[in-house]
Amino acid sequence: MVHIGGARMIEVGTVLDEKIFYIDRALLKQYADASGDQNPIHQNEEFAVSVGLPNVIAHGMLTMALVGKYVSDFAGGSAKVIEYSARFIKPVIVPLGEKVDLTVSATVAEITDGKISISLSATSAGVKVLGMAKAVVRQ
Amino acid sequence: MLNPDSVGSTFAGTDSITVSQSDIDAFCAVIGENDTTIAPPTFTIRITLTQFEEILTRPEVGLDWSRLVHGDQKFEIFIPVKAGDQLTCAATIESYRVAAGNEIVSVRSDLHKGSELAISAWSTLVVRA
Repeated sequence: MVHIGGARMIEVGTVLDEKIFYIDRALLKQYADASGDQNPIHQNEEFAVSVGLPNVIAHGMLTMALVGKYVSDFAGGSAKVIEYSARFIKPVIVPLGEKVDLTVSATVAEITDGKISISLSATSAGVKVLGMAKAVVRQ
Repeated sequence: MLNPDSVGSTFAGTDSITVSQSDIDAFCAVIGENDTTIAPPTFTIRITLTQFEEILTRPEVGLDWSRLVHGDQKFEIFIPVKAGDQLTCAATIESYRVAAGNEIVSVRSDLHKGSELAISAWSTLVVRA
C-alpha cells in the first residue's frame, strides 16, 4: 500500500473514483482554439455528415486531454505525469444543444520503483471511446 | 500515398517554439485545470501535430492530411513544460503500412528544451481509404 495525493491509500487493483466530464459544442470550439485543430468535423455538422460521420465528433485529443486531467488529479499535479497513452477506438459524438458525458475511471495496475501505473477507462453514452489507455505517474 | 523512401527519415523543426502562459491558460481552461504553472500532459500535441502536418504533406513525402484520423497517441514526459520554455521539435517517420486501403503511419516527435529531451510523443495516423 502506498500513499498518493495526500492521505489516500492505494494498492494494485484499487479502483479509483469515477469522474464525469461534460462535452458540448462550445467546448469543442474552445478546444479547437486552444489546440489549433480547426478541423470542421469537430464544429460543422453538415461537413461531418458529408464525410460519413454520424454527427459532429469531439477531437480525440480533447478526450485525451480531459482524461489527462483525471490523471493529473490522481497524481497530485501535471508535473508528476511521466507517461500517458491511448488508442482512439470510437468517436465521442456531440449533437447540437446536448452535453454528452465522458465518464472516466481507472484501476491501479502496478506500483513499482516510485511509479504508479493506472489503467484508464473512458466511455461516452455507454460506449468505450479509448482503448488501452494507461498512464504512469511518479509517487 | 506516402513515399516509402521517407520512412526512417528524421526532420528537424526549423525554429524553436516559445511556450506562452496564455496558451497554457487557454488549454487549462478547456479541461478545468486550475494549476497553470505546469502545462497539462497533452498540451504539446499542438506543436507536435503542426510539425507532423508540415512534414508529412511535403511533396516528397506526400500524405493526404485532409483524410487523416488519429489512431493512437503516446507521451513520455521527461521534463514538464512551463511558460517561457523554448522547444525544438524533431519528427521521425517510424513506420508505414497499408491495410485494407488505409494508410497507417507511425510518427515520433522529440521535443527538446535546449540539449535535453523534454517530451517524446508517438502518433499513429490513419489516412482513410
